[in-house]
Amino acid sequence: MILSIEQDTSRFRRIVRGQVRQNLKKYMSNGELIGRQGKDLVSIPIPQIELPHFRFGNGQGGVGQGDGEIGAPIGQGDPKDGNGKAGNQPGRHILEVEMTLQELVALLGEELGLPRIQPKSKNQIEGEVTRYNGLRRAGPEGLRHFKRTYREALKRQMISGTYNHERPAIIPIHDDKRYRSWKTYPRPDSNAVIFYMMDVSGSMSQRKKELVRLTAFWIDTWLKAHYPRVATRYIVHDSAAHEVDEHTFYHVRESGGTCISSAYELCFKLMRREHPAADWNIYAFHFSDGENFGDDDDRKCIQLLTEGLLPDVNLFCYGQVQSTVGRQFMDTLNEHIEDEKMATAKINDDDEIYDAIKTFLGKGV
Amino acid sequence: MPISTDLLGLQATLEDYARDFGLDFAEIRYEMLDYRMLNQVAAYDGFPTRYPHWRFGMEYERLSKSYAYGLHRIYEMVINTEPVYAYLLTSNQRVDQKLVMAHVCGHADFFKHNLWFAHTNRKMLDEMANHATRIRRHVERHGIDRVEDFIDACLSLDNLIDIHAAGIRRRPPAAGEADAVGGNGDSVHKLPAKDYMDAFINPPDFLAAQQQKLQEAEKQRQRFPAEPERDILLFLLEYAPLENWQRDVLDIIREEAYYFAPQRQTKIMNEGWAVFAHTHLMTEKAMTPDELIDYAEHHSGVVATAQGRLNPYALGFELFRDIEDRWNRGAFGAEWEACTDERTRRSWDKKLGQGRQKVFEVRRVYNDIGFIDAFLTEDFAREHKLFTFDYNDDEEQYEIASRNFKEIKKKLLFQLTNFGQPLIEIVDANYENRGELYLTHRFEGVDLDVPFAQDTLRNLFKVWGRPVHIETPTEEEGRLLFSHGPEGGVWRKLN
Repeated sequence: MILSIEQDTSRFRRIVRGQVRQNLKKYMSNGELIGRQGKDLVSIPIPQIELPHFRFGNGQGGVGQGDGEIGAPIGQGDPKDGNGKAGNQPGRHILEVEMTLQELVALLGEELGLPRIQPKSKNQIEGEVTRYNGLRRAGPEGLRHFKRTYREALKRQMISGTYNHERPAIIPIHDDKRYRSWKTYPRPDSNAVIFYMMDVSGSMSQRKKELVRLTAFWIDTWLKAHYPRVATRYIVHDSAAHEVDEHTFYHVRESGGTCISSAYELCFKLMRREHPAADWNIYAFHFSDGENFGDDDDRKCIQLLTEGLLPDVNLFCYGQVQSTVGRQFMDTLNEHIEDEKMATAKINDDDEIYDAIKTFLGKGV
Repeated sequence: MPISTDLLGLQATLEDYARDFGLDFAEIRYEMLDYRMLNQVAAYDGFPTRYPHWRFGMEYERLSKSYAYGLHRIYEMVINTEPVYAYLLTSNQRVDQKLVMAHVCGHADFFKHNLWFAHTNRKMLDEMANHATRIRRHVERHGIDRVEDFIDACLSLDNLIDIHAAGIRRRPPAAGEADAVGGNGDSVHKLPAKDYMDAFINPPDFLAAQQQKLQEAEKQRQRFPAEPERDILLFLLEYAPLENWQRDVLDIIREEAYYFAPQRQTKIMNEGWAVFAHTHLMTEKAMTPDELIDYAEHHSGVVATAQGRLNPYALGFELFRDIEDRWNRGAFGAEWEACTDERTRRSWDKKLGQGRQKVFEVRRVYNDIGFIDAFLTEDFAREHKLFTFDYNDDEEQYEIASRNFKEIKKKLLFQLTNFGQPLIEIVDANYENRGELYLTHRFEGVDLDVPFAQDTLRNLFKVWGRPVHIETPTEEEGRLLFSHGPEGGVWRKLN
């Protein structure tokens, strides 16, 4: 049943979108707030809008109850909301609730208006699942179904009249025993692989990497919500490219020139060898600050992209982080390649992460 | 969903107990709701239908979220209508429903007998539905954005009402009456006297004083409004250049604000009284032995104080108990006050037995301010470990400031006065002879929240149409004047 208040709620959400955008930006720019705590929980406030009123400024204090010396601190947060008496303005606090990553993803999708991804249909059947959903009369004792066995024994004793109310002991015999049994089902699987490529040449500062990390977090979160299994590969490059693990990816710092084609080449090689497009949904993201060594390499990049990467990937995104140089790789890409599988965005500060994600994932592929 | 036959029977039994106890209430109708519906009704302030507005959706989301995360749940809700409507949550156990019904009897009795509720519209259920229809009609005609924008502006002003308006008449009598009372007003009114006594009975300085009074009255008449107006919403309704639909919206907001005002004025008493009622009904009659543990758990949940915060349920309940005890023992009056010997006070018992009678009287005539003022005693404050707290800027936390009884009472009463909202009045609606609205904030020792005040002023400007001003004293900077006009907001220091 749809409640009449749903109208108000969706109206509220629409209004908040303007405002929550601020809030959402705030999470996204503040790395600490996102972190996966324990299982997959993050803390998120419930959006509240408070209309202005003539009211008193802060710091009026109040009256409380309980033990404690003068000067002793009392409870966390804003005590005014707790006492709930006349004379309190409600809603000045923000209630922090824990939100699961799934909800965060839903929120992300809703706030950014991201389309759901339709995984490429892969004909291939991969793996099978085992489900214990049947019963058998024979089996190992370890799989004995206690409740069903008990029931059978009870039934038998009732029917045969050996059940004694005074002493309701139920003793199963061999025929009563029931065992769990399993079946295997084929499971069609669509897998995704994400390639993160990043320029780690001298010009990529810690700050730039932080921007990359935040963007990557949201991309990860979004893609993982759509694919049962997501493999992530990390490639760093300066003038040569290497595959690294996640930690190294975000922390390594090298110096030297920049040769973007090396990364594309490595990515292409890995794709060919380990993630053939027939079996995988491939996402490739490349972050750099827009510097590249010379026109030759640019040309090589274009060639690699158009002939190697783009035909196979679902999506190729290029994020240009805080570029300072005049001639930028992003412009080169946009000049030479026109492909709906490619998206480019500039990420100059925290706020632009939001727009970049929208550009990248807004394609819904 | 109507309640089951079993619960209907339970209701009848409980209401019999309640009447035996002395409670008297209008017919109560219970509705059984699941948590989603209950959250909706709660978001609608207890009504099944309200006009479309995002704030209800916001509240609903908040309630649903915190319900989903187990942060809180609503056990019961009851509204001041006739018949009284109350809601039960389907998933509650029978003993919970029993407790809730006993509690609701207390509220229903309070609604009927407390004098502050005497003026409320008991057909509010219909009225709210009508409001919803009216606003929907305006929305259809003028578009949701325009109407909602205006509603928001009105809501931003909805605390600018005169909470005592229902009880007293502040406006001078209408013109016709004034003539009858004051005569022809223009010439000095002489006291009747024989000619030879006239010079003594109406001496020149008396006449001069009368003349001056008249002039002042005349001046007053030229001021507009003649007396400072506290019911700012009414004033806007009467004089602001609004379109008809806008006037209608403002009227609706104002009516609802007045409807809810008594509930805010009697929160402590109302809840305290309901707890008082359910305690008696449950422990003396209604509860079966096997329900004891569940009852005790839920009751203690209701009156629990968390992290040193005052709980209106607990405070009201304990005060009613204290009053009953004191009036049973005769522990009041001059003799009691004069007695300082702790031992005598403790064993004080005149066997008056007026306790029950007194609490029923108190629930009839007081509101929270009077209730606290008259019955919160030093003994009570000490016994219940009340304290005041303040914000410590250095430590960035709230700290216990004092356990001094006078401080506690002062602070509590301050919070209750005018709902703890600033007192704001219209003093001049033709400021500088330009049709601008001039408000003053009467200083109570606490500054206005400045950014909020400026935004509120913008909304007031939206309604009034001409520039608006508010004069507010501040602790550090003296009197400030905030203004908002077509060019935006400005402020300056006064003198």
